[in-house]
Amino acid sequence: MSVVVIGLGNVLLSDEGLGVRAVELLEQRYILPESVEVIDGGTSAMDLLNPLSNNDHVIIADSVKTGAAPCTLVRLADEQVPKFFQTKISPHQIGLSDLLALLTVQGQAPKKITIIGMVPESFATHIGLTEGVSAKMDEMVELLVDELRSLGIAVKPRQDGAQGFWAEAEQ
Amino acid sequence: MATRITVDPVTRIEGHLRIDVEVEDGKVNNAWSSGQMWRGIEKILVGRDPRDAWVFTQRICGVCTTVHALTSVRAVENALNLEVPLNAQFVRNLIVAAQAVHDHIVHFYHLSALDWVDVVSALDADPVATSKLAESLSSWGGNGPHEMKAVKDKLAAFVASGQLGPFANGYWGHPAMKLPPEVNLLAVAHYLQALEVQRYANKIVTILGGKTPHIQNLAVGGVSNSINLDSQSTLNMERLLAIKGWIDKLSDFVHNVYLVDVPAVGAFYLDWAGYGQGVTDYLSVPDMPIDTKGTKFALPGGYIKGGDLTTFKPITSYQDGYFREGVKESSKHSWYEGDAALHPWDGETEPQYTDFQDEGQYSWIKSPTFYGKPAQVGPLANVLCMAAAGHESTAKHLKTAMGTLNAVSGKEIPLAALHSTIGRHAARAVRTAVMLDNMNEQWNMLVENIGKGDTDTFNQPVFPKGEIKGFGFHEAPRGVLSHWVVINDGKIKNYQCVVPSTWNAGPRNESDEMGPYEASLMGNPVADPEQPLEVLRTVHSFDPCIACAIHLVDTEQQEIIKVKAL
Repeated sequence: MSVVVIGLGNVLLSDEGLGVRAVELLEQRYILPESVEVIDGGTSAMDLLNPLSNNDHVIIADSVKTGAAPCTLVRLADEQVPKFFQTKISPHQIGLSDLLALLTVQGQAPKKITIIGMVPESFATHIGLTEGVSAKMDEMVELLVDELRSLGIAVKPRQDGAQGFWAEAEQ
Repeated sequence: MATRITVDPVTRIEGHLRIDVEVEDGKVNNAWSSGQMWRGIEKILVGRDPRDAWVFTQRICGVCTTVHALTSVRAVENALNLEVPLNAQFVRNLIVAAQAVHDHIVHFYHLSALDWVDVVSALDADPVATSKLAESLSSWGGNGPHEMKAVKDKLAAFVASGQLGPFANGYWGHPAMKLPPEVNLLAVAHYLQALEVQRYANKIVTILGGKTPHIQNLAVGGVSNSINLDSQSTLNMERLLAIKGWIDKLSDFVHNVYLVDVPAVGAFYLDWAGYGQGVTDYLSVPDMPIDTKGTKFALPGGYIKGGDLTTFKPITSYQDGYFREGVKESSKHSWYEGDAALHPWDGETEPQYTDFQDEGQYSWIKSPTFYGKPAQVGPLANVLCMAAAGHESTAKHLKTAMGTLNAVSGKEIPLAALHSTIGRHAARAVRTAVMLDNMNEQWNMLVENIGKGDTDTFNQPVFPKGEIKGFGFHEAPRGVLSHWVVINDGKIKNYQCVVPSTWNAGPRNESDEMGPYEASLMGNPVADPEQPLEVLRTVHSFDPCIACAIHLVDTEQQEIIKVKAL
């Protein structure tokens, strides 16, 4: 079974980067088997078509806007994940939903898809998360772990994991 | 009656590009381009180690990651007067060229072709006639009648299922759509094939850059790739040959599909060679350095005044004073303090927000100028400058594209038609073909240089006490990108990025002259204000890429176009 865990978001804009920070923590705290690929997707769009294609399961960590209060943790699965392609004026507007639509056309969409997300509090230009979001990060990482374990993947805690680059770079 | 149209894709979160036009009697008579998000990302860099700056600038933008990384190391190397080993130049050149090829293919087929191609009309096409037409234009292997039939069946199944996916939001049946069903079907077939082909470019970046989407192999002073033709874990012959194979596959597609499709489609839209001209002062920079100092380049660049190629003035090195002294940024119409146009080394990013004021401040984007005038940047500027400099492969592919345009339209189209909406697409296709020729040259030079026994990839940077200044430039997929850095005692003191879409999307400058997007929209037709396809056509032709930031999952659909009677 091929599984991809991908963190999305812009680490230069506070909570916008919480998805990237979540996968960074996941790798610091857990040993994952080789069948699981962890990707720091940043704000990329079309560059993610390759890593996302032809997988059994894609788990996405991202900031999510659902109308709920900031710092709310969210799990979206399969049909709840929007797949549409909107009118664009810039390639930056290619979001996850657009990528999934393109993969569907190609017949290469992941068999299952889950988003583990959190509603952001601030998009200020700053490296680092707000206090509220920070306080929920442990819980978010555990949701990612639960997701992997529910697929029958062995996830082992580690003590020797190094702090990630973006945690190190916090201002 | 006049109407105001606002195209603002993300009205409920900050960010992105907003375009406003006023339409009277079916034509645009005023236009505003506005960046809706404050960046100031440069401020994050102050106080940091200049050797790390590229890791941060790579995160400014999700589409142009690599180009910001490269330009950053060039700026710091320039401040240090540091030479870069030949192998490192070739590896970097191959990465950014692959990135450009990827970007251009995706922009045309997946982000803008559907402005011109009516997907639903393709269902009326005869697959055999489509194949015959395609094979009369090109030797591409993917144009057979069975392929066309398969695409049509696939499309019909999509439409029948009600799940249009990427085709769900098009302007199908819009009066401005002019292609016959067979050309529409052909374009849809190539849209799908391009989705496969773009992967090869991505693989080249991954193998050389260590990872995508964020490459890991750059360093101030070179690259971190180690070269050993016989080792499994380094850049070896097996990997180099794989890269060569992907270059060949990309070349086949670009020469026989992309460079054919654009003029073939353009032949049905010749009126669009008369719209979208805008600013015809063009700026580009030389790129693909082939020496260690950045004084010799495979691709020339420079400045053209008023669309007249005989005025071409070249920019010749990384130390070029003509470029260095010419760039300023005005914030008279932007939401920043101060009105004076400043040089990037002295640039400030102190926000001062007002509402959207048509006559006053209305954008977070500054207005860059070259010797006080707005300039258009991007593939069109690049191709015109390379043609003016007598660059061989540019002249060859330009001639091929114009030949196809003439053959399909049955007319003699002058080169001046390039100063237009459709001309920007044509220039981008030509540039992609030039890039692939250049990738072959870079690959050959790299292999030859390694063959001579040179495996150097890195020169150690040493930072002096006191203040030094540098600038780096790159001819990115959307045009001239420059980073400007001031370093004091080995730490960053000031950092400014003057990005391509700032040149094109900038608001009015200190003399109230319109920026390229704004100027290019003047006189554009708009048949139906509720469906301003024509506005999108011209803006898309620039391949806009701004705000460079937000990427979040939104479960709520958003309103995109607002129309108001004035």
